[in-house]
Amino acid sequence: MKFAVVVFPGSNCDHDAYHAVKHVLGQDAAFVWHKETSLGGADAVILPGGFAHGDYLRTGAIARFSPVMQAVRRFAAAGGPVLGICNGFQVLLEAGLLPGAMLRNRSVQFQCEHVYVRVEQTDTPFTLACRQGQILRIPIAHGEGNYYAEPAVLEQLERNRQVVFRYTTVAGAVTDDSNPNGSINNIAGICSEGRNVVGLMPHPERACELPLGSADGLVVLESVVKAVTQGAVAATR
Amino acid sequence: MTPDPLLLQQHGLTRGEYQRILEMLGREPTLTELGIFSVMWSEHCSYKSSRVHLRKLPTTGRRVLQGPGENAGAVDIGDGLAAVFKIESHNHPSFIEPYQGAATGVGGIIRDIFTMGARPIALLNSLRFGSLDDPHVRRTFAGVVAGIAGYGNSIGIPTVGGEIGFDESYTGNPLVNVFCLGIARADEIVKASASGEGNPVYYVGARTGRDGIHGATMASAEFDDKSAEKRPAVQVGDPFMEKLLLEACLEVMKTGALVGIQDMGAAGLTCSTCEMGARGGAGVAIDVSLVPQRETGMTPYEIMLSESQERMLLVVTRGREQEVERVFEKWDLHAVRIGEVTTDNRLRVQHHGEVVADIPTAALTDEAPLYERPMAEPAYLADARQLSMQSLGRPGRPQEIFGRLLASPAIASKQWVYRQYDHMVRTNTLVVPGMGAGVVRVKGTQRALALSVDGNGRFVYLDPFLGAQLAVAEAARNVACVGGQPIGATNCLNFGNPERPEIMWQFARTVEGISAACRALDIPITGGNVSLYNETDGRAVLPTPVLGVVGLIEEASRIVRRAFTSQGDAIVLLGTGAAELGGSEYLKVVHGLVRGVPPALDLAREAALQRLLVAAISRAVIRSAHDCADGGFAVALAECCFGTGLGAAVDLPPVEADAGFGPIAALFGESASRVIVSVEPQRTADLLALAADEGVPAGVIGTVGGERVRMRVAGSGAIDEPLADAERIWSQAIGRYFEPQRAIA
Repeated sequence: MKFAVVVFPGSNCDHDAYHAVKHVLGQDAAFVWHKETSLGGADAVILPGGFAHGDYLRTGAIARFSPVMQAVRRFAAAGGPVLGICNGFQVLLEAGLLPGAMLRNRSVQFQCEHVYVRVEQTDTPFTLACRQGQILRIPIAHGEGNYYAEPAVLEQLERNRQVVFRYTTVAGAVTDDSNPNGSINNIAGICSEGRNVVGLMPHPERACELPLGSADGLVVLESVVKAVTQGAVAATR
Repeated sequence: MTPDPLLLQQHGLTRGEYQRILEMLGREPTLTELGIFSVMWSEHCSYKSSRVHLRKLPTTGRRVLQGPGENAGAVDIGDGLAAVFKIESHNHPSFIEPYQGAATGVGGIIRDIFTMGARPIALLNSLRFGSLDDPHVRRTFAGVVAGIAGYGNSIGIPTVGGEIGFDESYTGNPLVNVFCLGIARADEIVKASASGEGNPVYYVGARTGRDGIHGATMASAEFDDKSAEKRPAVQVGDPFMEKLLLEACLEVMKTGALVGIQDMGAAGLTCSTCEMGARGGAGVAIDVSLVPQRETGMTPYEIMLSESQERMLLVVTRGREQEVERVFEKWDLHAVRIGEVTTDNRLRVQHHGEVVADIPTAALTDEAPLYERPMAEPAYLADARQLSMQSLGRPGRPQEIFGRLLASPAIASKQWVYRQYDHMVRTNTLVVPGMGAGVVRVKGTQRALALSVDGNGRFVYLDPFLGAQLAVAEAARNVACVGGQPIGATNCLNFGNPERPEIMWQFARTVEGISAACRALDIPITGGNVSLYNETDGRAVLPTPVLGVVGLIEEASRIVRRAFTSQGDAIVLLGTGAAELGGSEYLKVVHGLVRGVPPALDLAREAALQRLLVAAISRAVIRSAHDCADGGFAVALAECCFGTGLGAAVDLPPVEADAGFGPIAALFGESASRVIVSVEPQRTADLLALAADEGVPAGVIGTVGGERVRMRVAGSGAIDEPLADAERIWSQAIGRYFEPQRAIA
């Protein structure tokens, strides 16, 4: 299958996402410059981490105006699988493809460290190969990952089972101590109502090879390969 | 004609230097020319006090592709690749405005690396502050850390290692030394030289503002109580602009249309134009009215001296301008043609057609003043080197001392700091910061690079020649402890006012020490930076050379880390301890003293130890390695246990010392050339045989395991503490200084 890795001028995890899908998973992958208007026939799209347009205003606030986002919007609306990682998640929020917003971490510091997340839902293209409740050790690296949604939105997210990843202890308990940034309901990642668009703050692409400290993130990318090759998800063309 | 003395003072020029300008020009300089001479002849740009000494450093070797003189050094790492690296200081700006000072320091060193055609892949830093008990120091510390994080994280280059030290002498003059390493194809290294008559000179990047005018001159003067007024001389960083420049410049280099490129760092447009011209044996003519400007009404003087960040100067092959312009447009950058290369070896600056400066480039570079400043052994030395054990009173309880050392900020966990740095981006980081050397793999090869920055100001203060050697040895040993063969080094020399003979003596002896150690360990110096005038109100910082050593690891999969891995493994001490408490963290923390002579160093034995480590790791004989440094053996052993849940029990050989200080010296003395390794019991004989071959003393001293850290000396119990308790002290010490109630105080 073919991945499109979108490159905004300030993306800095684009090469990492590309390396993970191309060299670790052995799939086809291509960079798509943000000024492009087509995704080049990709089966899945990754919006990588970074600081899309410098993000001096709000993280991801300007990226939604990049021409490529029209193509991403169409691809998502047609049911294609879209993964936003870290800044990519922030871009999806700003673009309205996912609900909610990001606040600064409650530590008011950038934090780079491994955390534990629990897989809450396995019926998205990016968690298909996970076990329900599986605990993944994956790094975070962000200053604004404190997820917030208004009460009504939050209630709807929980009711529709749109919370896909939650910060927990190694044993899977949702506690305040295991919440690295203050996210409401320990939310680490969510999906769209159609379940094909997923955003998460942790970096699965950084946890795909054991020498780097963890290979737990691989299952997230393997899931979408499985979903696409089995025909479980595809953008209608 | 006599110049206005105030005007000369403002420009940091002596009367004699002004006389020289008159001779070189054959006339009075214009104000713009005076400004240009001022920055190019500043200590920061000209190295006028240090150059005669720096010539002593070994700068060649079979792997050296680029030695000092370009924006960064380069060494061959095999597979047709080069490691391009350098360290630089940003001390003065970081005192005046900690966040921006540190951030722009990171930005500057990154530009030096990508200017060479290398993709930056790792950052390290070496920092020095006063005591964290001082609220002003805490603010500086937090600001510097946030600034480094803010810039490095945004641009997406991981900070993979570093070291932080504390001493009162750095209270009003922190040290912020930043190291960057990049990877380039060995045959595609780009030079910063201008050549080819008529080739266009391009300006690209941020627009020029009035920020940072005379930054280089500021960095060449001492601080006093008026320093806060110099805030406008500190620049503001824009990491997003730098990211665009980085990507665009690397893309432009691929076109082959580039002749040369240099960033505008210290002394901005002035330095980049005349240095590129001088290197290429050419002249450069520019019109500053064409330079993109952020503010209105800027004079040629201001444009030439501005140190606005994120700006590059390029020389492009005539006729291929469009290829270059197209790449910059893709990145929404506008490359502006501001002049051309000439053949008259002069820097000619016009403003709306009027010539405002016309100077031979050599006058600003090779023919800049060079001083052999007077030197004298400092008066403090004779007394400071005396250390009588009797004067220390009765030796304290080792267990209590152990706890105090673990809580000392110099030794305590720096997780509070390293968590703020993105140390994983680019997915190459095999050993994370805070664990000795940082290790990054080189994608597309089997290899990895080990990187370490080290320096010990106390040792250098007490014996510059020996202290400098110890710094080289420690950085190289750290690299060897993960399996890296040291192949090159860069240095950052932080000293006080060179016009004082005792400071100049410290400097000269330090350079000789670095030189001796680098020759003995076969590590060429490929470049570096000198930062002088690190003084506040006449008080100099501890003389602090910082060495950045690059080690090559042939098989990335073979690396070992400092942490113990397996219950029941044998613990082997390589090297031997002696009664060496001089300049130690123990003396500083427990007795408040910076005294005595630093530990002795046998360079031949150090080289043998490092060969042994590289061999033992490449043959998978050992499972962990960690050198004994600040806090001595006891702290090093505890660090091997932290994060593993594995305790240890050891019995150290006795050390002879006066007044009953034997056990203290054995546990907390900082004798050089010692490494704690762990080894599977059945491989112990292999290790001891390898050690015997190299003539390195080695002995089994204990076993990994249990839930306690137990240390005996010559059979007598000294320390017996639950691992969890020791780890709690160590891991919480720095964060405690920043708990909300304390931060307000």
